[in-house]
Amino acid sequence: MGRRADTTSAAAPPGRPAKVKAPPGLRALRRRRGARTVAFLSPWLIGFAVFFAYPLGATVYYSFTHYDLINPPQWVGLRNWRYVFEDYPPLGKALRNTLWLVAVMVPLRVLFGLGVGMIAVRLKRGASLFRTLCYLPFLAPPVAATIGFVFLLNPATGPVDQIMDTLHIPNVGWFNDPAWAKPALAMLAVWGIGDLMVIFIAALVDVPREQYEAASLDGAGPWQRFRYVTWPSITPVVLFALVTGVIQTMQYYTQAMVAGKVASGIIGAPGQSFEPGYPQGSTLTLPQLVYQEGFSSFDTGVACVLSLLLFGIAMLATVLLMRRRAGFMTAED
Amino acid sequence: MRHGVGTQRVLHWIAVHTLAVAAVLFFALPFVFLFLTSVMTDRQTLTPSLWPHEWRWSNYSDIFNTPGFGTWWRNTLIYAVSGTTLCLISSLPVAYALARFRFRFRGVALMAVIATMMLPPQVIIIPMYIFWSEDMGLSGTLWPLIIPLAFGDAFSIFLLRQFLLTLPSEYLDAARVDGCGELRILLRIVVPMIKPAIAAVALFQFFYCWNDYFGPQVYTSENPEAWTLSYGLESFKGAHHTNWNLTMAATLLVMAPVILVFFFAQKAFIEGVTLTGVKG
Repeated sequence: MGRRADTTSAAAPPGRPAKVKAPPGLRALRRRRGARTVAFLSPWLIGFAVFFAYPLGATVYYSFTHYDLINPPQWVGLRNWRYVFEDYPPLGKALRNTLWLVAVMVPLRVLFGLGVGMIAVRLKRGASLFRTLCYLPFLAPPVAATIGFVFLLNPATGPVDQIMDTLHIPNVGWFNDPAWAKPALAMLAVWGIGDLMVIFIAALVDVPREQYEAASLDGAGPWQRFRYVTWPSITPVVLFALVTGVIQTMQYYTQAMVAGKVASGIIGAPGQSFEPGYPQGSTLTLPQLVYQEGFSSFDTGVACVLSLLLFGIAMLATVLLMRRRAGFMTAED
Repeated sequence: MRHGVGTQRVLHWIAVHTLAVAAVLFFALPFVFLFLTSVMTDRQTLTPSLWPHEWRWSNYSDIFNTPGFGTWWRNTLIYAVSGTTLCLISSLPVAYALARFRFRFRGVALMAVIATMMLPPQVIIIPMYIFWSEDMGLSGTLWPLIIPLAFGDAFSIFLLRQFLLTLPSEYLDAARVDGCGELRILLRIVVPMIKPAIAAVALFQFFYCWNDYFGPQVYTSENPEAWTLSYGLESFKGAHHTNWNLTMAATLLVMAPVILVFFFAQKAFIEGVTLTGVKG
């Protein structure tokens, strides 16, 4: 209760305290501050233990067991791990798809986000209407947006099909064609680049105007102005967008799952269970495999092995981000 | 020479505006087509025409009369409102401690927050599901989605901390000299100062709950009484196979609240998006 003695950083300089034994009063103060810190952090400390540390440990344990959620778990050693690495083709498919999404969808999103941002800062009249319109799709709930896109792109009655017909462009099967399902998902992702547009606008507005004027006086054309003035000052933001894009792609789940279900038409049909990845595993990702093994096949052990693989890959991407942005993440003044 | 510069200006103007129109078409046309389809008759949805012959507004009232739709709305609101409230209450003190207190493991704690923020929810889902269904007997309800939010959400903690770092410390120090405890400083001085930040975090969390598909799929799929809009919408499509018009009307009804909320709170939202990315 007695928090009156708190003077915190104002009294003492923040550097390391000298190595003299603290007088008893100061020690009591420190203990009290320690208790206060723990009290403030307590919601998260409990949450971290119960909803992160414990389940992560349990995932490791279950990965060494056979457990069908009915009979008690049975220790099977490395069997699940060996099975996943040696005899489980869906894993390779899921990883290849993820690689495609990282190599194509993420850069496309950044490219379009930057492009639309550059248009937005050049507009004078109607600029705020333009920004709002380009931002709105980002807000569309993923399930709704995905169902919308499956309709727009559906063969025969979809509006895109009509437009392609009028222009005499041969249509493709989009969400129903293994070769075009991922490009269709990429298009859906590009539709929702509102978040990137906003951060790129913020970055573009920060580029000093004088530099453009100086470059123009030196006879630099539009491309040279972009290359030598704009680009150097926005590269940190581009990098940030790419890395967060990669991290989000590791979690890619809802759009692929919903698109597969809606396009294949097997939702809620009794007796039919949907296998993610429709068509032919072309939209399969690791998080969907975890769901499939854990909640459709009830093979908890295998699902946990896949969970841990996902954990490893996501952590790798995160470490990359933290190293890049270490200054920003921990900076305090 | 002057003439050349003038022509270049005009060409530049034309190029920018052509691209702007193309962008607007790309972002807006999907909404237009969804809307036009949502007011078509059942028969017309099966034909290739794009413009409704007959405007069937009753599609929208039909949706509300669909069994389940009202329940999904209610559940989504319960999840989003209670989840957001609990998340704010529990995340604020944590963010304050991480931003303003000096303690030994602060760097480690911050790294742990960021790491959990980046973690795909599927990583820990198996034990969590076993915990909620076998140990707690709560599968088929909204509780497994709401209760964890009472223990802080990594993203909200991180975002609030970023805002709290920008507060000038003189105010807080002045309060301390006056003998104010940290909890009172947080509630009486800090909270009023960071209202926009709290609004932004609340919006993000609300949208997250509203849009969540994976959580409801895992915990509520067995009990339609507990479905949320995101999860129910998908089954709606399943039940109305060829009736794209009804599905599109339902889809737009799920999008509408989010877009309405956005228009009322645009400033706070954009500020939040900017702060997650480029500050620093």
